[in-house]
Amino acid sequence: MAHPPRSFWRRYVFSTNHKVIAVQYLLTGILFLAMGGLMALLIRWQLAYPWQPIPLVGKLLFPGSGGAVTPEAYPMLFTMHGGIMVFFAITPILLGAMGNYTIPLEVGARDMAFPRLNMLSYWLLFLGSMILLVSFFVPGGAAGFGWTIYAPLSSSTEVSPGWGQDLFILGLALDAVSILMGGLNYITTIMQLRAPGLTLRRLPLTLWGLFYSAVLNTLWLPIVAAALFMVLCDRRLGTAFFVAGPLAPHSGGQVLLYQHLFWGFGHPEVYILILPVWGLVGDLLSVFSRKPAFGYKATVVSMLTITILSGIVWGHHMFTSGMNPLVGKAFMILTITISVPTAIFFLNWLGTLWRGAIRLTVPMLFALGVVFVFAIGGLTGLFNALQVFDIYIHDTYFVVGHFHYTLAASVLFGAYAFIYYWFPKIFGRQMSPLLGRLHFGLSFLFLNAVFSGMFVVGLHGHMRRIADATTYEFLKPMQAWNVWIGWAALGLGLSQLLFFHNFVRSLLKGKTAPANPWQAGSLAWTVSSPPPEHNFEARPRVFCGPHEYGVPELTDGDWLSQTDPRAATLAKS
Amino acid sequence: MEHVAEGTVESPLLDIPVGKFGMWVFLISEIMFFTGLIGSYIVLRLGSTGWPQPRTILNTPLLGLNTVVLLSSSLTMVLALAAAQQDRQRALQRYLLLTALLGLTFLGIKGYDYVHMWHRGFTISSSLFGSCYYLLTGFHALHVLSGVILLLYLFTAASRGLFSAANYGRIEYSGLYWHFIDIVWVMLFAILCLV
Repeated sequence: MAHPPRSFWRRYVFSTNHKVIAVQYLLTGILFLAMGGLMALLIRWQLAYPWQPIPLVGKLLFPGSGGAVTPEAYPMLFTMHGGIMVFFAITPILLGAMGNYTIPLEVGARDMAFPRLNMLSYWLLFLGSMILLVSFFVPGGAAGFGWTIYAPLSSSTEVSPGWGQDLFILGLALDAVSILMGGLNYITTIMQLRAPGLTLRRLPLTLWGLFYSAVLNTLWLPIVAAALFMVLCDRRLGTAFFVAGPLAPHSGGQVLLYQHLFWGFGHPEVYILILPVWGLVGDLLSVFSRKPAFGYKATVVSMLTITILSGIVWGHHMFTSGMNPLVGKAFMILTITISVPTAIFFLNWLGTLWRGAIRLTVPMLFALGVVFVFAIGGLTGLFNALQVFDIYIHDTYFVVGHFHYTLAASVLFGAYAFIYYWFPKIFGRQMSPLLGRLHFGLSFLFLNAVFSGMFVVGLHGHMRRIADATTYEFLKPMQAWNVWIGWAALGLGLSQLLFFHNFVRSLLKGKTAPANPWQAGSLAWTVSSPPPEHNFEARPRVFCGPHEYGVPELTDGDWLSQTDPRAATLAKS
Repeated sequence: MEHVAEGTVESPLLDIPVGKFGMWVFLISEIMFFTGLIGSYIVLRLGSTGWPQPRTILNTPLLGLNTVVLLSSSLTMVLALAAAQQDRQRALQRYLLLTALLGLTFLGIKGYDYVHMWHRGFTISSSLFGSCYYLLTGFHALHVLSGVILLLYLFTAASRGLFSAANYGRIEYSGLYWHFIDIVWVMLFAILCLV
């Protein structure tokens, strides 16, 4: 049997073992999640009580203004909140940690296809995140042009002079390379290293989600990387790719081109983050309803359809940009088409739940939470997709609310479902279900209070990215809502302390976890918790799909493991 | 019975080594990177008025010579792979070194071209054409540079006798990358210098 490397550095720091790398990603992601969350609280404080000193931490963060958010700091807050949450919190947790941990175990492999590349991928993310942190302390402060880095605001040093802006772009570029390396491993491992018998039709849905997500990254992330390098050239080398008019050193630059390049990646990006969650939810609903995933094949195919469609709908972010309205109409129709496959797998989720023997464990609660919040996020997405309606709500908090229901609420709940479900396997200890339920209940309540409030103020015309709504006469009636969202956000933030407490406490003295605490059928749960250094003593053989729950012929339980040879005979009868 | 039979066979998607599979996935993302750059160039060029005739600015014969240099390096790369497959160690080392030297020659000519152009006032910030020219060829040159480093690494590995007729995977996959760089250059030469 293989032993882990003896030296501390090789074992825990520069490890090539996918399980260690996954934990590195997880801890990094949680750290940045907390950081991005605290920034969101500062943003909400400023909107609720404009220019008032922040209690407790204000004097520390903004000593120059007596503890109030300054006009210069506000754009930095929303920029870094977005950038950190999307690229350094959610991506590391869902792709980095979930991808790295689950893929080799679920396909029955000893490790990823390219372990050293895997290690490099994490350390590039680490380097990128360090650059991001440094950017707060350079003269001029962190980036303030919005996480979308829109040109020409971003591409001219006349209007965004600080080096913090360059460091932000550089950090994102390093993260992009890291994600590409990770994706290369995910695609290769899922497609080439599956255990004997693990055909594509027997793959857990989580792996399908991660696979599609990695494909989207491979295809579209390089496009935005190219665009980011061009922005850097515009800033520091005197080019004018995305600058026009008086700011430009010479003619010919196209501002709109940047938006096309950014959203060409930016729209797939939302699916990059949500596809693994969809897959995970599909698996969890099946495990905890003790029923096979309803319409497995249809779910896989509809996720594929969305993967393809997601690459050709980016124009719906640009309806008001001055793009040709006829082109906009094409983008509108394509965008609405996405609701068809979405409805298919959504109904499959409900079909899985239908008359199931539902076990309301903590991961199941979060999975059901995803079902609920994603329904709201998805349905409001239809509003945004309509050209006529989009013109009205463009650049308002309605869009922010929609974005957060899909990307903050759904993806965050997905990340928590992943952590609660896999924690016993990763650390060999169980998390407290009571604290977990409390964490879910409070998060669910506050999260909906925060983001549904954004729909209300958004429909009233509340612009995004403004620091003080009270200066606008027509927004004065909305200020009470801003206060409400602010306090709800504080409640949401505080309820996460339950999670941190549960995480750390369970890590240190949680109950020892059995190999298969959830009675799940996929390959990862056939090995001990935590798994041995190289996962499997021998290459496992797979005889059925991952969702063989509620099998009536069995007398010793209601489910079959994928490695159970009885599947062959049962399938015949 | 069908299920039992299925349980005994390995099930990769494609019957190729993982290294090759991974290299193709990597090359797809590389293709998309250059698609982003070249696509932007096309959009910018079609959208601007009075684009200069490339031949009046660029040193087309010199860049044509560079195309020949890089194309012949692809040939020596193929010969290196053939030598590895036939276990001809000396030939393998020779061709790997030759390929790396041709890559360096390409970079040398490229550097001369840059300096020359720069002195004539054609810089990255002098015009949109200049920006596109240096951006596209610059990123390509960086790829050539990393390819040369890869080749020199392979050369030292070959000198230590790490490759054989049974073990030539890394030569083959690096060759894929080298040919890719070559194809990108041919495209850049055509769209930047000829049309």
